[in-house]
Amino acid sequence: MTILNDPVNAKLGDRAQLSYIASQAADARLNVELETEGMTLNIGPQHPATHGTLRIIARLDGEQVLWAEPSCGYMHRGYEKLTEVRSFPQVTSLINRIDWLGSFANEVPFILAAEKLMGVEAPPRAQWIRTILFELSRIANVSLFLGDLGVQLGAITPVFMAFRDREYVLNLIESATGGRFHPNFDRIGGLKDDLPAGWIDETKVVMKKLRNFCDEIESLLFGNEIFQSRTRGIGVIPRDVAMQYGLSGANLRASGVDWDLRRDQESPMAWNKVDFKVWTHPDGDSFARCWVRLQETREATKIVDQLLDGIPAGPVMAKVPKIIKVPEGEAWVSTENPLGEMGYYVVSRGDSGPFRVKIRSASFNNISITPWLLRGVYVPDIITILASLYFILGDIDR
Amino acid sequence: MRLQKQKGVVNQLSSPAETTPVVDNVRDQVLADVQANLGSVVVESLVKPGDDIWIRVSTQSWNESMRKLQAMGFDYFCFLSAIDWMPSPFGRGEDDPTEPAPERDTTIRPGYTGGETRMQLLVRLVNSRSYVGINVKTDVPNEVYTVDSIANVFAGANWHEREAHEMFGIGFIGHPDLRNMYLPSDFEGFPMRKDFPLLARMVKPWPGIVDVEPLPGGDADQEEAS
Repeated sequence: MTILNDPVNAKLGDRAQLSYIASQAADARLNVELETEGMTLNIGPQHPATHGTLRIIARLDGEQVLWAEPSCGYMHRGYEKLTEVRSFPQVTSLINRIDWLGSFANEVPFILAAEKLMGVEAPPRAQWIRTILFELSRIANVSLFLGDLGVQLGAITPVFMAFRDREYVLNLIESATGGRFHPNFDRIGGLKDDLPAGWIDETKVVMKKLRNFCDEIESLLFGNEIFQSRTRGIGVIPRDVAMQYGLSGANLRASGVDWDLRRDQESPMAWNKVDFKVWTHPDGDSFARCWVRLQETREATKIVDQLLDGIPAGPVMAKVPKIIKVPEGEAWVSTENPLGEMGYYVVSRGDSGPFRVKIRSASFNNISITPWLLRGVYVPDIITILASLYFILGDIDR
Repeated sequence: MRLQKQKGVVNQLSSPAETTPVVDNVRDQVLADVQANLGSVVVESLVKPGDDIWIRVSTQSWNESMRKLQAMGFDYFCFLSAIDWMPSPFGRGEDDPTEPAPERDTTIRPGYTGGETRMQLLVRLVNSRSYVGINVKTDVPNEVYTVDSIANVFAGANWHEREAHEMFGIGFIGHPDLRNMYLPSDFEGFPMRKDFPLLARMVKPWPGIVDVEPLPGGDADQEEAS
């Protein structure tokens, strides 16, 4: 297990053994000369591996992909246009549905952008609760990824564990905000409500459970030899390519880029009040991406624990006018969402609604690398690579 | 002397205006570097202390500027999008369809760093070492609506340009493949342009503040019965 906990400093012998396993598998496939035939394979739009309705058209030569192109748009809801006819407080109910597994995290950057334009800042207590709920939605989101990862490779058990343990987190979010999936809890100037009584103790218990879940997944899935040989050295994204395509979140950190917006950017949130580690991995392959996400989930539970110990007292809502009019200007705010960098470029014309909102969602950039990445891989690896990139269709199509 | 509070003036905001720094040395320095590197193609620039940098470059130098910015260290491509600066002639789609459409002011007024055209492209790049971001704008010529593609500089711009092409009708010279991403290939019009109405608000009037649907058992029901 040491090799998995710390791949950077793993002994040379361990790493050599792992790469030997991978190379054996690759050699077995490459050294055999077979007559191959070209064909076009269509995956989806409905496929369990695609987290929604994504269609992938792949032109194959034998079992190798010559050319692959995802075709999205099956879920385009036109949120950018819809925001133009709504008022600022109404927009949060729309953008909740972009990344539906971590809804609360979608609201935060938009609200921060509106607050920036208005010159309002939420009171400290609201900032801390925002950060806690943000991290909880990260845990709910990524824990499902960890379970789902097994299913893509034929392991059924992890997904049941993931759904079981995610439910604890969703119950917490529901008891605090009133909504399991779409909290719509964030307001310009603070939060709708304070936390309910007993919520803090309950959350601490759940965080312990989630850490156990991470340990279980790590030993059950990440230590599995089949899992390793299917993901190690597959779908490698070098650092430069990742930067050019604008990959973000765990996908970028798995390519060795030490960049986390929670740490590297000033924002009126409570992340700078806690101590946490930003995990990176030098390999850039599917395994690295999964591994970074696992560590991040565990780190998020620690962040929540630290924040719970130090929530300041006070109001959860700043003084803002009843009818919100946002002064003229442009603002860009992005945060480190469960899927990566999510940001909003908001243009206001002094009206009650925005003039233009550009939604920069993480999955759109993350999935735009697939035509480059899938070239030359084998058909079974398409599924692993897509699973490890981790996208949500609502986040691509918006 | 006590200042009198005026009614209706928003002065009770808990504004952090006093605490925000007026001078932002980091961003001023970055902007000076950018201007030195790009030269005269930077038409206008703006630094909001503690917030962000905006620059506008000339349309001819769009691709070249991106290449230079990338070489300067702005190697992280965040997003590309367009902004239509013409205010919508349909307002917010809350007009009563039975009455003549109200006249609206559709004078084009650009945002930060100005602009001469209706459409503008907007790209955000981030320096991956100092984490300082920059918003780069350029004018898209009216009527023609074409600019150079930057997909050969930042590969990630490929999809973003496809999106801008189908939503705003902007052509990108040198783009490898401008197929539609979201809309059906025979779709007519450019939905994100301001003069494209939001059809959901056209087929059924927006109830707005007053609910226009008749109540059951109300006057409308009796008229139908008689």
